[in-house]
Amino acid sequence: MTRVHSLVLMGFGVALLVACGKNPQPEATPAPAPNADSIAAAERARADSAAADSARRAQEEAERIARQRAADSAAAAAGAVTEVRNMLAAMIHFDYDKAALRSDDQAGLDQKVAILTANAAVRIRISGHCDERGSDEYNLALGNRRATAAKQYLVSHGIDASRIETVSYGEERPIATGHDEDSWAQNRRDEFEILSGGDSLRKP
Amino acid sequence: MTSHRLFLLGIALTSAVSPGRLAAQDTTAIDRGVRIGIVYRPGVRPGVVVLPGRQVATGLDSVRAIVSRDLDYSDRFEVITLPGGDSVRGSTTMPARPDPAGRGARPRPAAGGGTLNYPLYRALGADFAIDVRGAADTTVIVVHDIAAGAVRRTVQGVLPALGLPGFRLAAHRLSDQILQATVGTPGMAATRILFVRDGKVYRIDQDGADIVLTSSTDHQAMSPAWSRDGRRFAYMEFADGRGQLFVQDVATNRRATVTTTGKTLDFTPAFSPDGRTLAFSRATEEGTDIYTINLHDSCCLQRLTRGGFSDNLSPTYSPDGQRIAFVSTRPGLPQIYVMAADGTDQQLFAPFDYGVSGSSNAPEWSPDGQSVAFHRDVGGTLQVFVLDVRTRTVRQLTSLGRNEDPTWAPDGRHLAFVSDRSGYRQLWVIDLETGRIRPLLQQSGARLPAWSPRIPEAGITNP
Repeated sequence: MTRVHSLVLMGFGVALLVACGKNPQPEATPAPAPNADSIAAAERARADSAAADSARRAQEEAERIARQRAADSAAAAAGAVTEVRNMLAAMIHFDYDKAALRSDDQAGLDQKVAILTANAAVRIRISGHCDERGSDEYNLALGNRRATAAKQYLVSHGIDASRIETVSYGEERPIATGHDEDSWAQNRRDEFEILSGGDSLRKP
Repeated sequence: MTSHRLFLLGIALTSAVSPGRLAAQDTTAIDRGVRIGIVYRPGVRPGVVVLPGRQVATGLDSVRAIVSRDLDYSDRFEVITLPGGDSVRGSTTMPARPDPAGRGARPRPAAGGGTLNYPLYRALGADFAIDVRGAADTTVIVVHDIAAGAVRRTVQGVLPALGLPGFRLAAHRLSDQILQATVGTPGMAATRILFVRDGKVYRIDQDGADIVLTSSTDHQAMSPAWSRDGRRFAYMEFADGRGQLFVQDVATNRRATVTTTGKTLDFTPAFSPDGRTLAFSRATEEGTDIYTINLHDSCCLQRLTRGGFSDNLSPTYSPDGQRIAFVSTRPGLPQIYVMAADGTDQQLFAPFDYGVSGSSNAPEWSPDGQSVAFHRDVGGTLQVFVLDVRTRTVRQLTSLGRNEDPTWAPDGRHLAFVSDRSGYRQLWVIDLETGRIRPLLQQSGARLPAWSPRIPEAGITNP
């Protein structure tokens, strides 16, 4: 760095010596000198550039917001799908050794009817489950009764029977593993699973 | 006539010496209207002593241990342990004292066993002495009749080497021959029990040894059931929400799917005694009903029940193949029903009190045809019951803990069942004659047991 500087200074000195050695020439200095115009131009350029920057920024911001809005609305849409899916998948529960639908599950079942009506492509599978207290093999028959009880409700409210499969797992797939009434109550249930047509669920 | 009197004398001695091991009876709570408990006759069991070996021979010692345990688990004997072990096995001319010098110096009794210490065994209450010996590769078991003072019978067999598959089963077969030679009835030593644990089918010898995984996939399995000849068993597997039935060959472990099953939920298979027909439960949207299919020709699906608003399931054939006991929910709760094998003449089988008796399930017809074992809900938990087919009366066998899914041994007097009496669910065996209960398996999670018939096999010679 230092060497570069001294070389430049040396060159400058040579130029001065040359200049001094000759007569001054009137048009001999083409080197631009700062003047008011150039300053103004520079100012203008700077201002233009700043304006361009801010315009760009504004545009970017707008795009960002647009993207955000799009994302938000997609999320909202996805949220709605998730909500519908969750409503459709909500379990219903049963009393011990019973396959009769409980009145507190009716609102949930009606919701499923509405969703299945609004989404005609959706096919579901209902699986019936039991707690561990009954007989292992009898529970397969009881779980079957529980699954068909829910199916019959949906069908009787206008859903095409061919859109609903039923299976029974008896007591073979508990979701609560305790050996108390709380666990048993959770395990006496129907599960609702979407088999197909569940990609773009519409809210009823 | 004389020998008969001597035999009775032996019995009298037995009852005097060994009062029995009958404390395991567990019947206290009584379902209303149910005759309870086990009717046993104490003191009629002959005493038996299994003589210790003269020389160290691992294989023979194992045979001795297996035979000794089999005779004990048969619940037909008082198994007597000799005090002082080897020292008392010798001849009447030998002093009954310890002999640290070694066994080689001892005079070997003749094959007839005439030099055995009959008076001592008689004094201990033994009616029979079992002498296990080896001769080349043949295992020879001499059964001595103490009262008669003579050899009653000699059974022998060529056993696979110790540790090889088939060794234990061959030893169990010798036990069954001893039983035949002494008390005149076939035993159940050479049998196995299938059960389900963690969704897989396992088998175990009736004495609790040799657990072997027998189902071959990761699908959850349930409800194993033997064919009457012991060469096949059927079971159900879940597959994508359906229940598929399989028949597996015991010798090859190869399995075949049962035609028409697996489209719906098919479960609880049961072989007809001739092995040609498989009865099972099928759950559809109409409910659960009992069907049969011709296994031999893979055809001819027949529906035996039409439940409508009730379920019908868990078929079990009578040993003559004429009738099927099953579970029906037609009285509101599941109870034990019976019908002809073609589905006609359906009627209640095990009596119950409306509003008092709980759900009854899991019937299994006994090999002698006289009883049907099942379990019934008593006060919120399950207990094992037996229905007397002739009188149509039931009695409760258990009351301690939860007890379910009984399955008959081929001797018709033992049942294996699932019980949580020890704190977790495992398999137990009860003898209906003595009331004795023993654990079959010391591992939790075992369920749905199925006791085999006597396992068929050639290779044991019986002179």
